[in-house]
Amino acid sequence: MKGIADFERSLFELVRRTSVDLPMDVETSLRAAYARQKKGSRAREVLGTILENVELARKNDAPLCQDTGTMTFLFRVPENFDTNMLVAKTRAAVSKATRLGYLRQNTIDSVTGAGYETNIAHGAPIMHFEQCARKVVEAHLLLKGGGCENMGVQYSLPNTKIGADRDLDGVRRCVLHAIQNAQGAGCAPGIVGVCIGGDRATGYAHAKEQFFRKLDDKSPVKALARLERMLLKEANELGIGPMGLGGATTVMGIKLGALSRAPASFFVSVSYMCWAFRRRGAILGLRGDIKRWACK
Amino acid sequence: MTVQLRSPFTSARVQELNLGDTVALSGRVFTARDRAHRYLYEGGEAPAGLRHGAIYHCGPAILRRDRMWISRAAGPTTSMRQDPYMARLIRKHRIHIIIGKGGMGRETREACAELGCVYLSAVGGAAQVLNEAVSRIVDVHNLRMFGPSEAIWELEVVDFPAVVTIDAQGRSLHARILAQSRKALGRILKKSALTG
Repeated sequence: MKGIADFERSLFELVRRTSVDLPMDVETSLRAAYARQKKGSRAREVLGTILENVELARKNDAPLCQDTGTMTFLFRVPENFDTNMLVAKTRAAVSKATRLGYLRQNTIDSVTGAGYETNIAHGAPIMHFEQCARKVVEAHLLLKGGGCENMGVQYSLPNTKIGADRDLDGVRRCVLHAIQNAQGAGCAPGIVGVCIGGDRATGYAHAKEQFFRKLDDKSPVKALARLERMLLKEANELGIGPMGLGGATTVMGIKLGALSRAPASFFVSVSYMCWAFRRRGAILGLRGDIKRWACK
Repeated sequence: MTVQLRSPFTSARVQELNLGDTVALSGRVFTARDRAHRYLYEGGEAPAGLRHGAIYHCGPAILRRDRMWISRAAGPTTSMRQDPYMARLIRKHRIHIIIGKGGMGRETREACAELGCVYLSAVGGAAQVLNEAVSRIVDVHNLRMFGPSEAIWELEVVDFPAVVTIDAQGRSLHARILAQSRKALGRILKKSALTG
């Protein structure tokens, strides 16, 4: 049974690393933002603290942010792979990571208000499964804090209040409005995931899926890639700045996705991710050993 | 320049602080988040040292090891959710310092001006940097009632870094940035529209 035990160990390592070790693309972007701010400015001071924190979390082997957030696992597994086993191993790994202080006790019974000591409950952690053609198990994890999650918003177009029609300019208005509305409350500089279309449930899900993309990539759809670039520039003209205390960097990335929609509905779903953008991925062998990290 | 701010806190002391001042806070702070605020708002019993004290909007990640409490990470949580309760707490318990992130609304700011209370912004997500400033856990209140993430932790802090973003006159840096960014958004949308 050695092979099976490896899954728990590897998934625990995935959780630990996601919580304490900010991915390099995010750190690079934070460093670039720091260099862009005026010397002696508040924005530079805030980003300096953020960068110090990123290093300290690694050194202390402790959570980057005390809000270890909602856990979303995305697995890609080969044909005929036992996903029930993966569910059990994931739960064991999460409960161990909670016991050892890599995750806060962060799961609450919505009816009684009682906390779960292990973070294992109905709906927690969130696990998605897809099938892949390769003979490996891809395990990705996203930890998303509650502060930024509260800044998510879904628009139904047309929306006369913000002047958004059912076209890409309408999408642009929604995204800028959402960022302006979030101010610093989502822990700016953030990353914004967007879904154009879908229904109310898949829209938000697809908006969040954008967070598995690399920070410096662009949408394969030309019109969306153009809008991503435009929105990034415009959002940073808002002057909200790190933690909403003013400055030239309000967001580090805008990621647009699209799903088909029904004729009557045109949703624009916006999910806000804080600068503490904790996502990691590992490629596991069929015995659960970590072959390599998918997201450095 | 960093302003040293040490307990005991008084309204006279916090009135000397200016919007945008960087402070290093030392002394006793009480963490409180969603459940604690509602509890205190509804008349729940407050910890003895809270009067004239400092409230920190924070739910630390706490571990119990060898019968000791260890704080693993302790950054701020969004303050806005406490807005419905805050003004009453400031008045009732004579709170002089609130630490959090994101700022607070008009009613809270009015209470700040009336009682001599300031709001300090700590960097959200910087849970390790801020945890380093926690020198010890003095006590815990309402642990059984609220659990470790929502309990009131009485912390001793040394040189806790924060910025004054609502002063004791109720002026708010957050309100300024909000107004400026609203104007900027108007300009951006007026300037151009996406076509094609």
